[in-house]
Amino acid sequence: MRSIVVIASVAVGLFAGMFMMAFYSGLVKQEVSIAVETQLSDIQIHNPAFPDDKDVNDTIKYASDVIANLRKDSTVKTVSGRIITTGMISSSSTASGVEIHGIIPSDEKGVSNISQDIIEGVYFSPSSPNTGRKGNEIVMGKQLADKLGVKLHSKIVLTFQSDSGNLTAGSFRIAGIFRSRNSGFDEMTVFTNFNELGQLLGTRNSIHEIAIMLKDDKKVEPVASGLKKQYPALLVQTWTELSPEMAMLTGLFDQIMYIVIGIILLALMFGIINTMLMAVLERQREFGMLMAIGMDKPRVFFMVVLESVMLTCVGIPVGILLTIGVVNLLAKHGIDLSSFSQALSQFGFSNKIYPELPTSMFLPITIMTALTAILSAIYPAMKALQFKPAEAIRKI
Amino acid sequence: MNYIIESHNLSKVYNPDTIPVYAVNGVDLHIEEGEFTALVGPSGSGKTTLLNLIGGLDYPSAGDVKIDGTDITKMSENKLIDFRLHNIGFVFQAYNLIPVLTASENIEFVMMMLKKPKRERDQRVKELLAEVGLTDKSKNRPSELSGGQQQRVAVARALASKPRFILADEPTANLDSKSTENLLEMMARLNKEEKMTFIFSTHDQRVIDNARRIVTLIDGKIVSDTKQ
Repeated sequence: MRSIVVIASVAVGLFAGMFMMAFYSGLVKQEVSIAVETQLSDIQIHNPAFPDDKDVNDTIKYASDVIANLRKDSTVKTVSGRIITTGMISSSSTASGVEIHGIIPSDEKGVSNISQDIIEGVYFSPSSPNTGRKGNEIVMGKQLADKLGVKLHSKIVLTFQSDSGNLTAGSFRIAGIFRSRNSGFDEMTVFTNFNELGQLLGTRNSIHEIAIMLKDDKKVEPVASGLKKQYPALLVQTWTELSPEMAMLTGLFDQIMYIVIGIILLALMFGIINTMLMAVLERQREFGMLMAIGMDKPRVFFMVVLESVMLTCVGIPVGILLTIGVVNLLAKHGIDLSSFSQALSQFGFSNKIYPELPTSMFLPITIMTALTAILSAIYPAMKALQFKPAEAIRKI
Repeated sequence: MNYIIESHNLSKVYNPDTIPVYAVNGVDLHIEEGEFTALVGPSGSGKTTLLNLIGGLDYPSAGDVKIDGTDITKMSENKLIDFRLHNIGFVFQAYNLIPVLTASENIEFVMMMLKKPKRERDQRVKELLAEVGLTDKSKNRPSELSGGQQQRVAVARALASKPRFILADEPTANLDSKSTENLLEMMARLNKEEKMTFIFSTHDQRVIDNARRIVTLIDGKIVSDTKQ
């Protein structure tokens, strides 16, 4: 029974540590993926002056050539050119500041998953004249629609500064409402058609932002550095440069994860010490007898530590199998945190977390657990050495 | 005269700084090779303490214990453990076998500590099981043996290292009459045929009747020492 308790402690401790890693890994990866697929994309290119003031005249020179070259690049999956400006959105009851994205919907679908987050209406009507497409469509977030008190097909007015510095306004009809996993983004961003926004702004076919998604997200850094060399006059930024707080958060999560694992291992250590100490004290007579008949102290010490190691060797595979089983199951179905969805979406987290086991962590976690078990056995083993055989033999 | 065990003015005092209790008080005892000696006396007379001192399980407060001329009271704890392993066999009242090992493994265990080769161990285990009449129980664990059988395994274990003598603390206290008779008969045979020296502490009249020398202790002192 005692052995089962130690094996269970090791298995549960290992499971807890690895599950926390899988949970955090899934959480962070999802958060990054939400940010990249909704807003950031893997790489963005701008006129170097644009990010500071978002002046409509700071467009990318020869943007169409840059886009054409990028489309020929084998590492690039999709490219989308955007017009971006800031302005006011007004309904009949209220107004709010927004960032307006002029996009080509078919291109944008490749770099942003907003089209998949539409909860009412459509992600722009098909452009064929035969379908009866109406002009000046806008797609906005549910959060913003609620704030403005507007519904699908309601009319709103966008007011912004044109390239000549004059205030200009346009009336738009809501074609679709989306709900992404980032409520801040939903409240601050609207999408209109590229050509329509270009005409109102006076920028025509000029582009403020080129969003790039790569075939392999692990190649972001080398591809970005290649583009920086290729277009020295442009500002090429990876998602970590565009959102340093996101990169910092990822690092912070790593540290939190190690702290949590440390606490779990500490709890495991006390659990094993307690169980092994009980085992040693209960077997005092046995240890007394062994010392009486000639078992030396190093052997007694080694025996207690070895017992702990053997039990750990059984507990570790049990813990690993348990983790693989549970994580695989939850990776399919997800951990539903919808009761916290409001709070989670404010921070850009999904309300369903899909844990993902970083296989590279198997070995370090296993080694840490094994070391914890061995260290935990030292105190009980030292205790066993303190027994006096003449007294210990007579213990009941 | 060459004695296997000699003690001179041997004393063990508990609570020396508060209320001193003399468990053993100035004992001079000499045991020759091949003796079959019983230490007798009422509870608290110091029998077990004297055995512990002779067996090097405890250090005396005064006096010395010499085994084959070597003073074991001057040895360090580690040296004493090694000395016990090579020279002294122990039989305890509660058998104290290792519960997870079989009868043969319990016997073999001592020889493993002595780093004897496997073939020699197997041969010796076989001989000892035959000697204590438990050849057919070699694979049984202690829980599958009667009290008498467990005590025979304990005697076999004590003999495994070919010690100079065996100390047995109340070896029959937990046994029924038949088991006691069998155990005594076996130990008497070992004493006679193998010249093995036995020293018992006992209350049991049947053991006393079988002993050839009876040392009586009262309040830690030897009050009589007779041969029969």
